[in-house]
Amino acid sequence: MLRAEGLSKQYGPVTVLSDVTLDVRAGEIHAIIGENGAGKSTLMRLISGYAHPSDGKLFVDGSSMRFSTPHQAQDAGIVLVHQEILLAEGLTVAENLFLGRELTRGGLVDDRTMRRIAADKLAELGCHVSPNALVRDVALADRQLIQIARALLDAHKLVIFDEPTAVLTGDEVERLLEIILRLKAQDIGVLYISHRLDEVQRLADRLTVLRDGKMVGTFPGRTLSQMDMAELMVGRELSALYPPRGDMARGAPMLSVRNATVPGYAEDISFTVHKGEVLGFAGMIGAGRTELFEGIVGLRPAQAGVELNGTPIHIRSQREAIDAGIGYLTEDRKAKGLLLNERLAPNLTLSALQRFHPALAMNKRRETGALDSAIQSYDIRVKNLKVNAGQLSGGNQQKLLLAKILLTDPSVVIIDEPTRGIDIANKAQIYAFIRQLVGAGKACIVISSEMQELIGICDRILVMRQGRINGEVAGEAMTESNIALLATAEADVSRAALGGHS
Amino acid sequence: MSAVIQSAPPRRERDFAIGWADAGPFLALAALLVIGFLINPDFLSSTNLSNVITRSAFIAIIAVGATFVISSGGLDLSVGSMAAFITGVMIMFMNGMVPHLGTWSVPAGMAIALLAGIACGLVNGLIVTVGKIEPFIATLGTMGIFRALITYLSDGGTIPIDRSLREAYRPVYFGTVAGIPIPILISLAVAAIGSFILYKTKYGRKCAAVGANADVARYSGISIIKTRTIAYLIQGACVAIAAICYVPRLGAATPTTGLLWELQVITAVVIGGTALRGGKGHIWGTVAGAVILELIANLMVLSDFVSEYLVAAVQGVIIIIAMLIQRFSNSK
Repeated sequence: MLRAEGLSKQYGPVTVLSDVTLDVRAGEIHAIIGENGAGKSTLMRLISGYAHPSDGKLFVDGSSMRFSTPHQAQDAGIVLVHQEILLAEGLTVAENLFLGRELTRGGLVDDRTMRRIAADKLAELGCHVSPNALVRDVALADRQLIQIARALLDAHKLVIFDEPTAVLTGDEVERLLEIILRLKAQDIGVLYISHRLDEVQRLADRLTVLRDGKMVGTFPGRTLSQMDMAELMVGRELSALYPPRGDMARGAPMLSVRNATVPGYAEDISFTVHKGEVLGFAGMIGAGRTELFEGIVGLRPAQAGVELNGTPIHIRSQREAIDAGIGYLTEDRKAKGLLLNERLAPNLTLSALQRFHPALAMNKRRETGALDSAIQSYDIRVKNLKVNAGQLSGGNQQKLLLAKILLTDPSVVIIDEPTRGIDIANKAQIYAFIRQLVGAGKACIVISSEMQELIGICDRILVMRQGRINGEVAGEAMTESNIALLATAEADVSRAALGGHS
Repeated sequence: MSAVIQSAPPRRERDFAIGWADAGPFLALAALLVIGFLINPDFLSSTNLSNVITRSAFIAIIAVGATFVISSGGLDLSVGSMAAFITGVMIMFMNGMVPHLGTWSVPAGMAIALLAGIACGLVNGLIVTVGKIEPFIATLGTMGIFRALITYLSDGGTIPIDRSLREAYRPVYFGTVAGIPIPILISLAVAAIGSFILYKTKYGRKCAAVGANADVARYSGISIIKTRTIAYLIQGACVAIAAICYVPRLGAATPTTGLLWELQVITAVVIGGTALRGGKGHIWGTVAGAVILELIANLMVLSDFVSEYLVAAVQGVIIIIAMLIQRFSNSK
């Protein structure tokens, strides 16, 4: 039904996708898997008309097609369900469904018909929100369904799902998978992109693995174990990604937090991180991990008893946290971490202005020196020093952000999603830096949604669920299934299940 | 893995775009001078030019302060009525002090003007930062308040400066040092100090960071409240300095003093290359922008092509063109 031949995409000198060939048949679920940055999203954008291939051809029902806009792809029956929720919050559900293609009667907007169709479509998907409700008041999972309903409103032969389950919880995922199986039963082709290998294993009739923009291969569904898929994606033994743990004994308590409460996000949380230790925080998206630490470092209102090296401290702002020696690396480096339109040096020294420029006027030479040494020690790859931070690749931005925080010389480093959206070589480097930090006598807290990553670098992992700490795993007990259980189920139940391991 | 390392990040050379934003206002200024000379050779005479630049000094001085406010992501619509209010307060204070201080009431009045300016800036700043009210609305409110206060103080008429002070104060506007009118020297000094603060100090760095992305600044431990409030204080001080230069020109404060200055000030800042949404400020560009506005008005008076009643229309066209240029140089 759809066939892509030799699709390639270059941005300037950089090839993000090269020579990908795949086809989707009617009534088939074809899964695409790959690491972040492997080119999955680029491939989807090419197929659905959001970007033009530099090379290669697309065939729909045997005839060659060129899409220059998403509209043309829609006309050919290809619709994309975006990963992010793109809805206008201030409009009603029905208005969102028909946004940009309102039905009219005699030149006037025909609200009644649109509401009726919207209600029908949503009911078909098992979503029972009122078409008159504002999207703002609708739960996240229902918004995802509204988005799917919007895509399915067009006549469609092929539906592309870009990580549709990333924000959903267990039951909601089940509902979505049912919807996808129903599409398949209606003889519609489905391209399914996901990080969650268990879903891929259940759904996919065939699956294609991408790595570094190249095709590893297409395999029949249900022939690969999840471990097989993971190794195909990464292209080597998984353990090599992570640096060996130091054999250092864990030192004295460095940062201890008692009864931290961030209203609306986290409640009554206590933990201690020791010198020379990497402490992980696992949990589903929305478990309150980021908000907890933003509260602790003074970025949002919170109550917490914080002790640093045994001395109680009171943190009311990010400035006080930095001055006390607690560095926090945000998960959102583009919006909250770096000034994308600024050069590298001002970005690097922004948190440490006072330390760097004690006198009235700024010391340019000192700043350049700091940038040179940061580029050296964190292996930030730049063509010249005059580029803006926004022109760096994700991995280099992350290294710059790490250098920026470490310039304030913190003793405790909190890193939120250390490797989100960066390629695997940079990931390995970041992990090595984290090990170096604790080796140098600092303490490090890593918040991550990637369980593999936490297991690979942490000495101990706390799992949060719905704003509370739901359990702790360390040593041999650090397995994906233990963490996943703690992240999703009540602790009492999970303790019973864990009993077998310990 | 090695393949990943070799792939360089995508990078576009856009140095020329940055260069344009820096040089643009000065190129426009030069072009205007050439056009002016072609239309009317008298235009380039030193008397005419020094008159024009002297007249532009008030806007230039206030606009230096506005560059800080706009760079930090704010906006101040109240500068015109604030100037009128400060002028009124200053004249009333000086007149009242004449029996005690004689001509010494002039420097005392200047000090009061500065204090009043800083206080007005503080009010604006606190409403915007602590009160968390949109700068546009907050300063629209204080604009009305200052304007009403000067109307009330002057009883709808004028507040003239005391006769005994006229001679002593006159040189601040009409005097020259080495042939250069004093207002020009003052505005150069204000711009020099402003560019030192904005480009060479920690505060300037913080100001641009807050304007470029308030979240990044907050996560970097920069106090947004402090940074924005200080920008409004600087704005208040600049308005006071402009008011000090303005008093001897007409020798009185009236309810129409400084009317619509806020528009000229914002126009000067935007023509100068500072983005209205905040970020990096261009102090010298702002000064060039203020001069450009006054030159255009002068050119229209000297030439017969366009009626001078259309000056505001031409200035309006210029601000729109400046914004379009910014838009297109950014989207490249």
